[in-house]
Amino acid sequence: MKKTVTLTVSALALLALGAPVLAEGSISVMSFGGAYQEAQRKAVFETYTAATGIKVDEQEYGGEIAKIAAMIESGNTTVDVVDVDAPTLLQGCDEGIFEKIDWAQIGDKSDWLEGTTSDCGVGTIVYSTSLAYNAATLPEGPTVIADLFDTAKFPGKRGLWKNPATNLEFALMADGVPADQVYEVLSTPEGVDRAFAKLDTIKKDIVWWEAGAQAPQLLASGEVVMTTAWNGRIYNANKEGQNFKIVWDNQILDSNFWVIPKGAKNPEASLDFIKYAVEPKVLAGTTKYIPYGPVRKSAAEFVTPEDAANLPTSPANMTVALTLDNAFWADNGDEIRKRFTTWLAQ
Amino acid sequence: MQRTTQPVDIERIQTFMAVRRAARPARRAAFSLALPLVAFLLVAFVAPILYLLVTAVDNPETQSVLPRTLAALEGWDGTSTPDEPVFAALAADLKQAKEDSTAALVGKRLNYEIPGMRSKMLAASRMAAGLETGPYREKFLEQGGIWADPATWAVIQRNGAGLTPYYLMTAVDLKQAPTGGIERVAPDQAIFLPVLGRTLLVAGMVTALTLILGYPVAYVLTIAPKTIAAVMMLMVLLPLWTSLLVRTTAWVVLLQSDGVINSVLMALHLTTEKIQLIFTRVGTVTAMTHIQLPFTILPIYSVMRAIQPTQLRAARSLGAGPTSAFWRIYAPQTLPGVVAGCLMTFILSLGYYITPALVGGPQDQMVSNFIAVYINRDLNWGLAAALGVVLLLVTLAIYGLFLRLVGADKIKLG
Repeated sequence: MKKTVTLTVSALALLALGAPVLAEGSISVMSFGGAYQEAQRKAVFETYTAATGIKVDEQEYGGEIAKIAAMIESGNTTVDVVDVDAPTLLQGCDEGIFEKIDWAQIGDKSDWLEGTTSDCGVGTIVYSTSLAYNAATLPEGPTVIADLFDTAKFPGKRGLWKNPATNLEFALMADGVPADQVYEVLSTPEGVDRAFAKLDTIKKDIVWWEAGAQAPQLLASGEVVMTTAWNGRIYNANKEGQNFKIVWDNQILDSNFWVIPKGAKNPEASLDFIKYAVEPKVLAGTTKYIPYGPVRKSAAEFVTPEDAANLPTSPANMTVALTLDNAFWADNGDEIRKRFTTWLAQ
Repeated sequence: MQRTTQPVDIERIQTFMAVRRAARPARRAAFSLALPLVAFLLVAFVAPILYLLVTAVDNPETQSVLPRTLAALEGWDGTSTPDEPVFAALAADLKQAKEDSTAALVGKRLNYEIPGMRSKMLAASRMAAGLETGPYREKFLEQGGIWADPATWAVIQRNGAGLTPYYLMTAVDLKQAPTGGIERVAPDQAIFLPVLGRTLLVAGMVTALTLILGYPVAYVLTIAPKTIAAVMMLMVLLPLWTSLLVRTTAWVVLLQSDGVINSVLMALHLTTEKIQLIFTRVGTVTAMTHIQLPFTILPIYSVMRAIQPTQLRAARSLGAGPTSAFWRIYAPQTLPGVVAGCLMTFILSLGYYITPALVGGPQDQMVSNFIAVYINRDLNWGLAAALGVVLLLVTLAIYGLFLRLVGADKIKLG
């Protein structure tokens, strides 16, 4: 019902503008669902339909690359564009699951932020894993990442994502490794030892979270004094009346990507959609609904100052940031994850 | 032997054969009725298991992407950095791999055994694509020490075989030593045996609990008046008819920190702090026990129903006390049902996935959860298949053990 109404409205809008109703057709887009896809729906899908007349058929998934791989293997690719996370992009690109992107059609790569362009994918948003605390219970909160490991200054439990990625990086940065040397250090066995040794210092004070929604819950219930969290979750909690603060110092950035799965029925149409989705104004539009940073520098001027304050990518917040090196984790993730699992069980 | 030569016996055999011949069309008809099921089992059960077994040892990547390198490695001494011809062959292979975009394929495979090999292989293929002529050896050595290390080449050579024990060994925390023998992986890399042990432990706990809770219920079902027994039976069966996911989610609602159980306990002032129930072993075992109860109760009940109540009365009248009558007359007769119910619950529990994933904590994840991770996230189907094979073998071993302990005739699964 809602869709019909939207369609009617956009059709009317097109008629009113006297714009030619372009190719009837539709495009099938798969994303992660939830508040994220809701934001994409309002900022990208609906405006795309309004602008081109092409209907967007939405699908949702949990980010499983196996689902895309199986679809391609069966020879029936029913999705035209997929939103994937960075490890999936890397893996799929390596293994030829995604089509190569014709960047000449999309635009100059220099306008894109570090780590948001790839041979097979175009960045959708930049999100941040950073330290957060509850200002209502901790008025003099942490200000630097080292405070996460300082149990003398901030006694109490801390929440950490139950995954070695981001935690080893945070540990090294707190141990004094500059952001731009983190992966250099982590590439050596001594570096990994050093990161685990740093985590050891607070191991008994760690409450591990797994689902993104748990981090703000831990803060709200007072179970932890501070926690690492995905910035969108903290923003949502604040919208529901919490007074959480984010420590942007040494935040870790990562991005999602639009990709075209191999065997997509109409790759040009897919690319056309992606091109629209990363237009600076469209990117800026998304920030109205969810505080994830636009992947293009030129989008910044269209973002309102209120929204910019919550974005990991705005200049005030991106002072000392580390971009997650997904190639490093593709190379070493298996080994480090096993070590992390046994370390946890000790 | 001698007797078969006697004419009478030959006659009897001939008659027997004739009868068999006459019955052949009927047998064929009967068998053809079962054909759809046989075909279904072949396609839906036997074939996937065979595929699983093959996937666990299949090793095509190195062979298909680096054929020239493998051929050139044949004369290699195994202890030094190979000479120019090997590197020239590698350059040729990688040039081809760059064109077919298969470098990542072999890189990913070798990365399982040499962390970092994925990106090294990709970088080397990019470099090789830009090289017109040799010498190649120095060019590769400039790329990093990994190409000078004989261990790297040993792994490449070893993976030239179309079948590999790598996945199966990894699934039980073993690895191939550089010298060729088998050794344990480093303690900080050993995760799968503890997970297997945990899977067996949880399945055992669930089985024991369902037996303790279910046995009396089955007994009451057999002695209760018909109408009450019917209502009780419905209560036993109702959960069985509900979707597994729904039942598990219901337990999430009950167990979560702000859930029903905690709210009731707090309201009754039995506790002042919320008890951590969800994401714990207690929560996992509780939810699984609830789901598995009917599977334990039903076989026990069907066996109990066939036991004559008069036997117990006879035992009592012959002087046995109630305990003695129960343990010496009643309990041994229920054994086939108990074994069948426990076996069913134990084996089903070994394969649990969704309940530990939703109700359990990180320390409650079972083998199936790791299989899902390797399929969905890492696309490492070899390891996923190997873990599946290990789980299958353990299941078969336990089934065999049960048969051995109590005898096949003592298990009444139906």
